[in-house]
Amino acid sequence: MENWSYIIWILIIPFLSFLFAALPGTKLKSSVSGLVGIASILSVAILSYITAYSYFFVSGKIDGVFQKIIAFNYVWVRFSEVLQIDIGGLLDPISVMMLVVISTISLMVHIYSWSYMHGETGFARYYAFLSLFTFSMLGLVLATNLFQMYIFWELVGVSSFLLIGFYYEKPSAIAASKKAFIVTRFADFGFLLGILLLAYYTNTFDFITLTDTNGTLITNPVAATFMGASVLTWAMGLIFIGGAGKSAMFPLHIWLPDAMEGPTPVSALIHAATMVVAGVYLVARMFPVYLMVAPDALEIVAYTGGFTALFAAVIACTQHDIKRILAFSTMSQIGYMMLALGVSGYGGEKGLGYMASMFHLFTHAMFKALLFLGAGSVIHAVHSNLIGDMGNLKKYMPITHITFLIACLAIAGIPPFAGFFSKDEILVAAFEHNKLLFSIAFFVAGLTAFYMFRLYFRVFWGKKQAYHHAPHESPFIMILPLILLAVASCLTGFIPFGKFVSSDGRELLVHTHWNIALPAIGFALTGIFTAMAFYKKETNASTDITNALGAVYKWAYKKFYLDEVYLFVTKNIIFNGISKSIAWFDKNIIDASMDGMALVTNYFSDKIKGAQSGSVQQYTWWYMAGSIGIVIFVLYFLMIK
Amino acid sequence: MIQGVPLQHILLLTTLLFFIGVYGFITRKNLFTMLMSVELMLNAVAINFVVFNAYLFPENLQGHFFTIFIVSIAAAEAAVAIAIIVNVYRNIRTVNAERINEMKH
Repeated sequence: MENWSYIIWILIIPFLSFLFAALPGTKLKSSVSGLVGIASILSVAILSYITAYSYFFVSGKIDGVFQKIIAFNYVWVRFSEVLQIDIGGLLDPISVMMLVVISTISLMVHIYSWSYMHGETGFARYYAFLSLFTFSMLGLVLATNLFQMYIFWELVGVSSFLLIGFYYEKPSAIAASKKAFIVTRFADFGFLLGILLLAYYTNTFDFITLTDTNGTLITNPVAATFMGASVLTWAMGLIFIGGAGKSAMFPLHIWLPDAMEGPTPVSALIHAATMVVAGVYLVARMFPVYLMVAPDALEIVAYTGGFTALFAAVIACTQHDIKRILAFSTMSQIGYMMLALGVSGYGGEKGLGYMASMFHLFTHAMFKALLFLGAGSVIHAVHSNLIGDMGNLKKYMPITHITFLIACLAIAGIPPFAGFFSKDEILVAAFEHNKLLFSIAFFVAGLTAFYMFRLYFRVFWGKKQAYHHAPHESPFIMILPLILLAVASCLTGFIPFGKFVSSDGRELLVHTHWNIALPAIGFALTGIFTAMAFYKKETNASTDITNALGAVYKWAYKKFYLDEVYLFVTKNIIFNGISKSIAWFDKNIIDASMDGMALVTNYFSDKIKGAQSGSVQQYTWWYMAGSIGIVIFVLYFLMIK
Repeated sequence: MIQGVPLQHILLLTTLLFFIGVYGFITRKNLFTMLMSVELMLNAVAINFVVFNAYLFPENLQGHFFTIFIVSIAAAEAAVAIAIIVNVYRNIRTVNAERINEMKH
């Protein structure tokens, strides 16, 4: 048995780095905080790789099954004999896999930001927030129980809020950060209710106890029902609301596109690769419970994922802001992951969807972070987010161009790049389970290829732009992460992922299903060539089609008017309808009655304060008069009878 | 007991004395006069004690004892009060009760 207690340093190091960068404020030279941030995340990454190596290849497996190992554990709050909250570290295939993903992407982003954020005011603050985020995200994936996960879940939300609002002089950034925080907080309320409901019926928060397939929850689930569904379905559904909020699933997705107001490396780290997949991770964590006790909730997961994948892909085809296109693409890909979880079974071949989802999470993190960092590089060069201001950049930025192309091919699902393998598994899993979801996923695969290559051709090919000053390739520090991630995007697809991550911890042999893969490749290529025909050269074809589609195009361009719907609901119904009447009641009834009391007291005190003159003689006068009155009263009314 | 003087007459006298004291205490502004008025009230009560003892319970002596107490305590009280008044006068140069309002606000 190996000693895993060093895992705790994976949490402590980034937290110390956060304190180091945050506490001195501007007193420390900002480059020092940056270097400390990079050094700490580098050591965390090395620790994660050591962990992954010793877990996957040395001592994680017993009798062919990957074990769930508690690396360290402290009792934090003990509610009762049975119910307690622990703070600990849980190692199992998905948490170790997430450790690798988070520390890798975080390291890339830390390095990249060194150059991207150079000279920015608040450089130290930026690195402090990045460290805080890394700490919370690592704590989230290592959580041994739902409550610990919830705590880190909120911490992740806070650091996301801080980083979106990094440019706090910009009103749009403030609005976006508030929107992100409020929407995810609203969803987390559902998460908390779900946790409490589940803990009430099972008396535990612990993941290992909850998801034990021979445990009491799964073999002997609670029979209580509420409004026609079992309470466990309700609990798991509520927990999924939390996950949907963080993972930007429809209809709680509205914060993600606005979150692009943050610095681009932040978008790469938080809003593409790590934080937004926390919802997927949560569902995967609780997967046996979803599948065996709350299959209805799992259906909801599948359809939410499928719908979001389609919905976001359609919007992505119409947008003009490079980061927003990537944001919608992220939503769409996370929809894929949710869909794959939703159609999965448990154990052996049936657990393909689960493995595919985790695989896609892994590969997506690599190529999506690459896309965002590439976009950052482009924005750095042309000082604009709009693809209308770009064009023909392949001449100026050759390395960014090549790495971006690799990422586009990976996300479009073209072999041999990473996305192909994971997407293929998802399609196979969906095909075996649900034909409707399969057709959605298949269609979205084509759409993905189309909108990604629309972006690619508009930015790197297309018309010759008259730039004010010629764009130039980014400095080496920004290029290095791009190259490393591009290599990862090429190679990660060949990892035999099923050997490491599967629903029951046993090895799952994966092979490419060409009968599904070939049509998918064909469809993706169609998408690519369509995009090429429209956007490679400056033509009017795309505008013609846009005009032909007219209202439909506008509908999609305006994100199906969902923001407006939310605005209508919150402003007209909640603010004007409910809140205003409550405010009126509060002001005119509750407050007014309190004011009335004060007013009456004030009035009387004003009237009688003259009696308190401070003159002893006056008091004596009253005293004498009183005593004489009492004497007369006693003599005439009590004694004479 | 005084021959030929009934109890009521003496009580009338003490009542008059007492209310003269009350009147003086309420109306006078000078601290010394107020102190004197207090003494008047005190003595009226002391006379009452003696008179009731002598006329109604001649075999007992408690009333006399009380009177002696009252007289001695009144002496001590007067000494303390006059000392206070003298100090007040030294500090704020007045013995007018209405002007001594340092602690009012």
